[in-house]
Parts: sequence; structure tokens; C-alpha cells
Amino acid sequence: MSDLKNIKEKYNTKLNKDLSLEEINQIKTELYGKNGLISSQFKNIGSIPEVNRKKFASDLNQIKDELQNLILDKINEIESKKINEKLEKEKIDVTLPERSFVMGKIHPVSQTIDEISSIFSEIGFSVEEGPDVENEYNNFTALNTPDNHPARDMHDTFYLDEKKEILLRTHTSPVQIRTMLKDKPPFKIIAPGRTYRSDSDQTHAPMFHQVEGLHIDKDINMGHLKGCLNYFIKEFFEVEKIKMRFRPSHFPFTEPSAEVDIGYEVQDGKIIIGEGDQWLEILGCGMVHPNVLKNVKVDSSKFQGYAFGIGIDRLAMLKYGINDLRAFFDCDYRWLNHFGFDPLDVPTNYRGLSR
Amino acid sequence: MKITFDWLKDHLDTNLKEDKIVNQLTNIGLEVESIEDLSAGLEIFKVARIIKTEKHPNADRLKVCDVDVGEKDLKKVVCGAANAKEGLITVYASPGAVIPKNKVKLVIAKIRGVTSYGMLCSESELNLSDESDGIIELKVAKYMKSIGKSYFSKSDSNLIDLSITPNRPDCLGVKGIARDLAASGLGKMKYIKEKKIKSNSKQTLKVKINKEKGQGCSSFGSCLITNVKNTESPKWLKDKLVSIGQKPISAIVDITNYVMLDINRPLHAYDADKIDRGIIVRNSKSGEKFTALDNKNYKLDEGMCVISDNTGVLGLGGIIGGTRTGTELDTKNILLESAYFDPRSIRSTAKKLNLDTEAKFRFERGIDPLSIEDGLNKAASLIKEICGGEISKIDIQKIENYKIKIIKFDPNLFEKISGFKISNKDMLKILEDLGFKIKKEKKYLKLTVPSWRPDILEEIDIVEELVRIAGYDKIKIIDPIKKRIQSTLTQSQKLFHFLQRAVASKGYLEVITWSFADSNYNDHFKGTNKEIKIVNPISSELGVLRNSIFSNLIMYISKNLDRGFKDLSIFEIGPIFSGSNPGEQSTVVCGLSVGKKFRSSWIDKERNVDLFDAKRDVVQTLVEAGYNSDKFFIDSETPNYYHPGKSGRLFLNRGKDQIAAYFGEIHPNILKKIDMKLDVLVGFEIFLDNLKLPKQSLNNQKMKFTFSDFQKSERDFAFIVNKSVKAQELINTIASVDKNLISNIKVFDVYEGENIPQNQKSVAISVTIQSREKTLNDNDLETINNLIIKTVENKTGAKIRS
Repeated sequence: MSDLKNIKEKYNTKLNKDLSLEEINQIKTELYGKNGLISSQFKNIGSIPEVNRKKFASDLNQIKDELQNLILDKINEIESKKINEKLEKEKIDVTLPERSFVMGKIHPVSQTIDEISSIFSEIGFSVEEGPDVENEYNNFTALNTPDNHPARDMHDTFYLDEKKEILLRTHTSPVQIRTMLKDKPPFKIIAPGRTYRSDSDQTHAPMFHQVEGLHIDKDINMGHLKGCLNYFIKEFFEVEKIKMRFRPSHFPFTEPSAEVDIGYEVQDGKIIIGEGDQWLEILGCGMVHPNVLKNVKVDSSKFQGYAFGIGIDRLAMLKYGINDLRAFFDCDYRWLNHFGFDPLDVPTNYRGLSR
Repeated sequence: MKITFDWLKDHLDTNLKEDKIVNQLTNIGLEVESIEDLSAGLEIFKVARIIKTEKHPNADRLKVCDVDVGEKDLKKVVCGAANAKEGLITVYASPGAVIPKNKVKLVIAKIRGVTSYGMLCSESELNLSDESDGIIELKVAKYMKSIGKSYFSKSDSNLIDLSITPNRPDCLGVKGIARDLAASGLGKMKYIKEKKIKSNSKQTLKVKINKEKGQGCSSFGSCLITNVKNTESPKWLKDKLVSIGQKPISAIVDITNYVMLDINRPLHAYDADKIDRGIIVRNSKSGEKFTALDNKNYKLDEGMCVISDNTGVLGLGGIIGGTRTGTELDTKNILLESAYFDPRSIRSTAKKLNLDTEAKFRFERGIDPLSIEDGLNKAASLIKEICGGEISKIDIQKIENYKIKIIKFDPNLFEKISGFKISNKDMLKILEDLGFKIKKEKKYLKLTVPSWRPDILEEIDIVEELVRIAGYDKIKIIDPIKKRIQSTLTQSQKLFHFLQRAVASKGYLEVITWSFADSNYNDHFKGTNKEIKIVNPISSELGVLRNSIFSNLIMYISKNLDRGFKDLSIFEIGPIFSGSNPGEQSTVVCGLSVGKKFRSSWIDKERNVDLFDAKRDVVQTLVEAGYNSDKFFIDSETPNYYHPGKSGRLFLNRGKDQIAAYFGEIHPNILKKIDMKLDVLVGFEIFLDNLKLPKQSLNNQKMKFTFSDFQKSERDFAFIVNKSVKAQELINTIASVDKNLISNIKVFDVYEGENIPQNQKSVAISVTIQSREKTLNDNDLETINNLIIKTVENKTGAKIRS
């Protein structure tokens, strides 16, 4: 009995001192090694008189556990002390700069095209495309703009041949023709893309972007046109209320034709779209002219509908406060970084068009 | 088209204010572009009387005048006009006034030592006429009581500039605009019946329209006015022209201009004495020449509509007159022309000769063919009134009669197109006010189109008139239905968007450059394509369609380097052109990088961008887009604008179907030629149209998820091979040894030099071996090891490095 007690007291005292890992391991061996003090006691169990044996074994186990726990605690204490000492030496200046990274950007025109596509996607439009080089027929004649028509003067056209039969499309409207020739009605498409006019100053670039819209079905009237554009403008500018004005105009390929103005005001030199008392022209539209439908073999007594054309660059300028159209195409690194969009920022309608 | 409210009121009876009218103009499709207060600043020009003149002490030609400007003190004004004399009433401009002619602001100034307080004005200085000889002389009787008052009558009528769409020639006259306003309910038209010329004398100059193919003139009206005295226009007429920013010239010219602007009826006045025995309207012969009123000589092609006499061409009908028969101030006898010219003929002639005149602008849009007589009556009466003389009877030669246009209109079409209703009564009123003659015929309206509306040809045009006048604000908004019938984007459009954002996410800034290029740059990158010239480029730097996007990117990289940027990565996704026909274009993603991949920092070493960066971007982008890189095949055949040894070509599979991409360094010679002081420029091109679209969406392509839990082991090999053996070959050879067991192959070192024979290299490859069925034992591993070594040695001539 007293042996066990002695061991317990002796080692309790020992383990309460400051010890190194080696010293603890030494103690461990002294106690639990092959001939260790505790190990030997276990060997003795058999020789203990039966009456005392149970108690002895129980006491022995208790002492074994107690000392073992003490040792474990001691080891933990030393190890964590060691780690702490190590960490103390490993302090680093985390305010030093991170490894360098570069960020790519999406051009505002591309972002705007994605925004436009996302909005029209919601109301059932799909995206069509057409070539940049067009023939004179698709660009003008089929669109009810015959040769020697003064409306052609509104388009300063780039030509690729002396006979003026091949040209760079002056608007995205030839995609209407291509789409309607290719398929059967109904049609509900938008066609964003590059367009060209030989015009160049602060507000005109020889190349710019348009999105064409076309909706042809059985009973599509000007109310649908107004509704569609009203929806688009509200969604695009992400405003609750928008002042929109339809104004009669003339395009050979639509009849009746309209230009659409939106209300705006200038606050601190910035254009605010919405309910101001100034008007800004943003697009042209109208009911597709029966002659155009005839040219693409669509029966205008059965089908009718609307078309519109929107300047994408101009929309981007308005939405993102860009002043100079020419800057879009000037590839200035600073400008691209400033006005470009993160490639992960894909416009979607569930998340909202812009962040 | 410029108008004033005052002028409008000549035709429109209205009590409304100008701003109401201005709003309505825009609402009915006559868009107001700008409103300008022309009288602003003119009140400072005052009627004044010269009280005394003295010779300038230091200049013989100058006078010093004491001028009464209606104030207490007389003003001292130095004046050089010969007609400045005591008692003369003239126009005085005080310091601060801006002279309309040259926009110079007057200041108090010393002229040859004498201080002049203001200036006495000539007509030319006030833009009233070209008369610059002397100062204005005002009639004493009329102006005696106006000394000190503003010379220009205060007008509250602004200059309203309208943008008239090309379909509305009728609104190129004030009267037409008034008609539209009246139809929309903003007043009543004043129907002014032009006085008919009463005359007994005949028009004695013979007029003949040649009946020939393509004759551009269908009728020619004229009258002779003899014994006129051409003079300056009366004030009302001058004021009218000045009010819309036109300059008065002489009565006869002013009157023809006035009639044109008022009722959109262009006229031309000839000096009848200079016409050689009659007028012949005919097609021009090739090479005929004449001098036009713009003082330029024109050489004509065959078949242009000319007005000629028996000597030669007098002018181009409906476009411009000639100097030979032009009217002058001393013209005695006038032939006044009022004709109808075919818009197409006018347009093609004007286009060929690059001529633009007010008359041409109107005739090419279509003049009212029935306005010939009205125009002659109105102008001749005015000439007689102002210049005196005798008017002859009107002579009208015709080779074609005007055909009345009748449209059968179904009133139901209005609501079908516009989506809203208007009452029958309103409908009829609008059409009547616009000049239509209406006959009801069962459910249809038989409408006679007014002769001044060449744009109205069919039912839909009637709908437009009705919607326009009823008001576009009446169109109801019908909210769109949120329903998608087909997917928004096609597979290839999805791929376009994906590649665009995938490349951008690798640190490239997206740019958009012109589809045109400078042929000097394009030449370097056109490869085997031919140059596609634009016939009428905006400048020589934008003279061709681009055969490659590189030509533009390299130019803009260069500009950004000039701006001081050193490390740049830009890309563009867009069209390149292989021919000048529609469709001969393809979509390319093209990227270009320059400078350091990393700048040296406290933590990293710096390194230049190299072709393996470009390769990584290409491969990663394609992998992200869903293509399997295990199948990629790469060789080094690239176009001549790439560095011949440091560029590659990538196919999506070993079958080498179509080129998916190029990557590599740009050829150093090109950098040298375009004077870019750079060591390397690294780029790539991915050809979107050559990427085979997956048949199924990526979603359906995902295979069953399988994996192996058995132990894998990695074995390293170093082979010594000929330099010509490509890493791709070694990898493919190893992969072919056992597709089931070899799960990964990685090149971890390439070494040439010491200890390696010349023309050979050492390639160190790590191969991961793992079975899906069992843990491989040493024997298994040894077997496959040996097999790898043997296969590689046999197939590539390599030797395992011991």
C-alpha cells in the first residue's frame, strides 16, 4: 500500500517541477517502462492476498491514470510552449504587398450588349447575327430604300466596289431581311453588331454598334412596340420610373415610324435618366413597312409587327457616364481599366444587370 | 428648314404662343432642332443723326462726326464713309455691340489719335445686303422721329430650325408646316388665293421640252416680265429673309427665294435678253460645259437634264442656273421659270457633279407638280409690284400630265396598326385638313392624295398620317409577355460569350478596334489573304478591311507603350475578313501581350511574358470552354507573321481537322519594320468558327464519376533524344503504352548542354501509374517501367539516361 502511495507522492512532486521533454520521457520510462515502477506493481498483483487484491488493483490503476494524465498535461504544456516560442520568432510584416495580380476587363460595349440580350431574353427575343459586309440589296433596296432615294443620304456608306453594290452595312436592319428570308414567321429577334458610316467627329465614329429588334406575328401593333421599348428602357437604366416620348419620324423601312426620347436631367454635370424635363433621343422604330414584308415573302395581310434600332454605344455612354464616343475605340489602357467590367460580372436578370 | 413664328402666322391663324407651337411641331414629326433668338443683341443698333462732321486731323479720308443717338450728349464717332454728312440719318452701334457681319465686339478706341465712341454702320456690316459702299442712309421723313430708338424692330419671333425628314418635301415651305399644324388642331389655315396674272401680251420666248429617253423635266412653266428695274428689296422682304438667316441680294433674287421658302416652289429667273432664241429643255451631251452661278465650271455627262438655248447650256434644270443668263441689277427683261423636275434625275445628276443647292434639295424630294402656276403668279406679281414692268401670259409646256393618286383606305387598318381608336369624324377631319379629297365607298374611303404629298402611296401611309396627327401619345402601352419560345443564344453565340470572358479573366483588357485597318500594318498580318480595299475610306489609315486583328492591336499596344505603360495585355473578339463578299469573314479572339509577366518585387523574381504564357491562355481557355486538352495536337506550322521557331498551331484533335488557334511570338522583323523597340511581343489567335461545337451541352457530356482508391506510384524517367523529337511525341508515346494504367504524364525538366551529346537533349518525365483494379506490386511496376522505356526507345530513338 505504502509503496503505491510513495510512488504517487514522489512522482507528483517530480512532475510539478519544471521539466524538459527528455526528463519527462525519463520519468515515463521509470514508471511505465518494462521494469518501471508502475509496470512492476502490475506484475505484483498476483502475489497480493486475495482479500486485498481487488482494492490494490483498483488503487494501482487509479495511480497509473493519474500519473499518466499528469505526464500528458506536462507534455502538452511543453509542446505548446515550444510552438509559442517558435511563433514568436515567426512574426512577419503582413502589411507587405501581396503577390501581384492582374485583372482583365470586359469592354463596356460588350457588357452593354450582354445587358441588352439579357433583358430581351426575358421577353422572348433570341439573338440573330449577320455579316458586316452586305450587299446593296439587303442594306437598302429590300428595306424599301431604292436607289436614288434621298433617305440614302442619311447613311454615308462605305463601299467595297466601284459599282457600289457591296458595302459595309450602315445599320443592323439587313439582319431583319436575312432572318425573314431564312425562316417563317413569327419572328422575335434582336441583332446586335457592328455598323459603319463614313462619318467621324466627336459624336460620330466610322464604326459603331447597333442592336436591331424585330417582332412579327399576327396582331402585333404599335402598343406592343411601345410596351416592349418601355420595358427595355426601364430595365436597362434600372430605374423605377421613366419618361418616354414617341415622336413621329421617317425611316423608309417602317411605317408609321417613330423616334423615342427619354427624359433626363443634369445633376452636377452628370446625366440622370428618368424624369427630368429634358429629352434625349435614343432610338428609332416603327411598324415594319408592308413593302419590306413583301420583299421577304411574308404575307402582310396576315402578319405585321414592329422593328427598332438602338445605338448601343450611346446607351453605354448614358448608363455609364462616358462622354466621348471616340474613346470607345481608342484602346487607352487607363480608360479600359476605368470603364471596363470584371469578366465575372456577367449580366443576368436574377442577380440584376449591374452590380 | 428654318422658320419663324411670325412667318408661320402668314399662313396660320392662331392665338397660341410660340412655345405651344414649338412643342406641337415636334409632336407631329416636324422635329424642332433648335430655337435661336436672332434679335438678341440687335437692340443696341440705334437710329441716329449726324449733327456735324469735321475732317479728321490726321487722316484725309476719315471724318469725325458728332452724332445724336437720342441721349443728352452727342457721341463722337470717327467714320470713313464718303456719304457721312451733316443731317444724315443712319444706324449707330455703341461700344459693346457685336457687328453681325464679322462678329467683332466694338470697343471705345482711338483711331489715328481721335477717340471714337462707337460706329456708324453700312448695310453689309449689318448683314442686310452686300452694300458696303458707305453707311446706311435712312429716309428722313420716316426716321426723323425714331432717333435713339432701336433700328431693328423688336421681334418676339425666334428662329426655329426644323429637321424635316426626307419624305416631307411639302414641309420645306412655311405653308406646308402651317397646314400640318392646322390639321393637328393648332389654328386654322389662311387660304390665300394667289392673284392670277392678267395679261394680254404673250410669252414670246419659245420653250420646248425635248421628248427623249430619261427626260428629267415633265413640265416647264414660264412668263416674261419686261422693263423691270431690279432694285434692292423692300424692308418687309429683307426682314423676312434676314429673320431666317438669309441674306438679301436683289429684289428679283429675293422674291424667287421668298416664294421658294414660303410655298416650297423653286423658281429661276433668267435675263431674257441673254437667251439665244428660245429655251430647249433636253438631255446633255457628253462633254458639254457651262459655268454655274457658283462660279464653277461643270463638264457634263450624257443625259443630264439641262436648260439650254440655241447657243448652249444655260443651267442644270432644278439644280443650278448659269452665269451667262444670270440676272443683274441692270437686267431689263426677265424670263421666270417654274418647272417640274423628276427627283431621280435631279439626284443622279447632283450626285455625279457633287452639287448641292436649295433647289436640288427640294426637287429631289419632290415638288408639288401642280404648283407651277401658283409660283409664277405669286413671284411675277411681286416683281411687278417691286420692280415694275409688264408681265406676259403664262406659258406651260408639258410632255406628261400629272396623274392623280387615289388610295382605297380601310379605316379599320388604323386600329389594327396603331392599337387605338379615333372617331370617324376625327379621322375625316384630319385627312381633310391635310388636303385629302374624300369619297366614301361602302366601308372604304376613296382618298385623293394631295399633289404636294409624293410620299403617300398606299394605305399604310394614311395610317401614319392619322397616327401622327392624332398623336403618338395616344398609343397605349401593352406590356410584353415574359415567355421564351426558343433559347436566346445559339451554341456558337454562347461560345463567343464564353471565350470573351474566359480570355478576359486571364488578365487581358478587352478592346474594340475598327474593322478597318491601315494597309501598312495589315500588310504584315494578311498572310495569304488578299487586301480588301474600301473604295471611299475615311482616311488612308483606315483604308482596308482587316485580314487579322493583330494589325490594330499592335498599333494600339504601341500607342499605350508611348503613354508609358510597360506591361500590357489586350484582346479583341471580332470579325476578320478574307474577301469582299458578304459572309467572307470569320470570328477571331486575338490577344497580344508585352512586357513582364511579373515585375520583381520583395517576394518574386521578374520574368518576361513568353509564348508559353500565350499557350497557357489558349489551352486553358479552350479547356474551360469544354474541349479536352488530352486530344489537342500541336505543331509549329504558323503564318509568316509569327516567329518561325517560337510559335505553334493548335488542333482540337490529332485528325488536324481545322486550326483552332495559333500562339507565339510576333516575328521580330515586323517589330523592326513598324519601329517598335521591343524584344518580344507575344500573341495568340483562336478561330471561333473552326471550333467544332459540342453536339450536346457540357452538362450532358459529363461522364459517370469514377475514381480509383488503389495506391498510385510515380516513376521518373530521363530520356536522351534528338532535339527534333517533340515533347508531345514522347508524351503520346508513353500514354499509348497502357491507357488503363498510366494516369498522368508530366515533363518536369528539359536539359541541353554539358554531358549531353550535341543535337540531343535530355527530357525528364514523371509518369503516374495507377490501376483501377488492384494495388500494383513491384513486379507489375517493373513490367510497366520496362515497357515504357522500351516503347519510347523504339519509337523515338531515345535512350534512357542511366
